Amino acid sequence: MSETHAIVVEKVVPHSPDKVWRILTTSELIAKWLMPNDFVAAIGHRFTFRTRPMGDWDGVVQCEVLSCEPPRLLSYSWKGGAEANPAYGSRLDSVVTWTLTPVDGGTHLRMVHDGFVFPGNKIAFEMMGQGWGRIGDAITRMAADA
Amino acid sequence: MPHAAQLTSVMKTLADPTRRAVFERIAREGEVAATGLVKGSRVSQPAISQHLRALRDAGLVSERREGRHNYYRVAPDGLGPLVDWLTHYRAFWRERIASLEALLKETE
Repeated sequence: MSETHAIVVEKVVPHSPDKVWRILTTSELIAKWLMPNDFVAAIGHRFTFRTRPMGDWDGVVQCEVLSCEPPRLLSYSWKGGAEANPAYGSRLDSVVTWTLTPVDGGTHLRMVHDGFVFPGNKIAFEMMGQGWGRIGDAITRMAADA
Repeated sequence: MPHAAQLTSVMKTLADPTRRAVFERIAREGEVAATGLVKGSRVSQPAISQHLRALRDAGLVSERREGRHNYYRVAPDGLGPLVDWLTHYRAFWRERIASLEALLKETE
């Protein structure tokens, strides 16, 4: 049994969902805040993010648009390291999901990066005790087998 | 970089279900003698020894010798590379989303 962990970032921004959506889905704009890319907002579109290589990883993130419902839901797969380093360890096979909800005066923005698979079960995990203190809210859910 | 190598080594080590079970049992019991591990398990003594060696080499358990017995306990920082991995991505997203907010403000 393994566990999957997610990173969650939530923000309320004083801008309309349409405006936030544009920044999340326009390739040139994404390049400004995230990474150079060839993103197109269409389900099934495969694209990459390019960053500097790290260790065994060539710095290319392989992605595919999984859901696209303007201006409220966008998700894409996020796979890094698989080609350069097929080792079980440094490979990241994950999903990034953006959810936009209109709120008073702006948009509630929620980003979930899910799929950090930790081998070992709950006991091994609880052992991390102190280490997890540093992470705080990073641990959000437990998933079944991977 | 050593960080990535460490993460791979920790994950590879724990990917083996039997070895993971050994690790979890040590975690549960606090400190265990190698002989004690063999007793409560269907795994042979040489196999247990091999798993203990792998866990020790990955920095996941520490070993203490007393008399004729070796005792094992979980090394507190052994799982650190996994923690750092998440921490790295968490910092990454915080920064990027701060840039996204700045860009939203700019394009007022």
